[in-house]
Amino acid sequence: MSEITPNKILDARGLQCPMPVVKTSQEIKSIAVGEILQVLATDPGSMADISAWCKSTGNTLLSMEKGDGVFTFTIRREK
Amino acid sequence: MSDQPKKCSIVVFSGDMDRVMGAFIIATTAAAMGMETSMFFTFWGLQALKKERVSTGKGLFGKMLSFFLKDIDHIGPSKLNMGGMGRWMFKKMMSAKKVSTLRELRQMAIDLGVHLLACQMSMDVMEIPREALIDELEDVVGAATYVLQAQEAQITLFV
Repeated sequence: MSEITPNKILDARGLQCPMPVVKTSQEIKSIAVGEILQVLATDPGSMADISAWCKSTGNTLLSMEKGDGVFTFTIRREK
Repeated sequence: MSDQPKKCSIVVFSGDMDRVMGAFIIATTAAAMGMETSMFFTFWGLQALKKERVSTGKGLFGKMLSFFLKDIDHIGPSKLNMGGMGRWMFKKMMSAKKVSTLRELRQMAIDLGVHLLACQMSMDVMEIPREALIDELEDVVGAATYVLQAQEAQITLFV
């Protein structure tokens, strides 16, 4: 899979629920529709939460990777 | 498919730190997920909106009650408060895990556009005037307002 270059990176590492999702909802507004936001988080709950957030807001979760205790979410803004 | 935003309506009846935290976490998350969210504070929940160091109460009972009404930093957990020790311990544990404080959660809710409403009747009974509650309180309403919102909400909770 080719590398997707994000338009913005949100570092939510060290933040606890509900912050990763709250910050994502704020940061997504700073990119244009069609652009990519990458979110880094350490909260294990964020795996389910970011996915649920995308489903609820209609944005697309392109990929979710886990490495070294850090989760990397790549999200495309759809609206 | 209707484009109406989903709604979330939460009644905050409890004045316990743990319950109020749960309410604010759900409210901020619902708002972050695009839901139009309202919190209806009644009875003990009004403590979450009380300004610091204001006294309330007009009559004797109201003034006596005022001694026991806390603000958002001083409400304790629903169990094991142990005269304030429990509250202190829980706050230490939450801080160690970097959980947001109640005050931060309340501000986040305000920043995300969560509607904060207060119950007229319990304010009257407990003799808590509008000036004793934070400025960000959107409106003082009655039960019918809550019921109307709840009818249109997909998520309704009583905390």
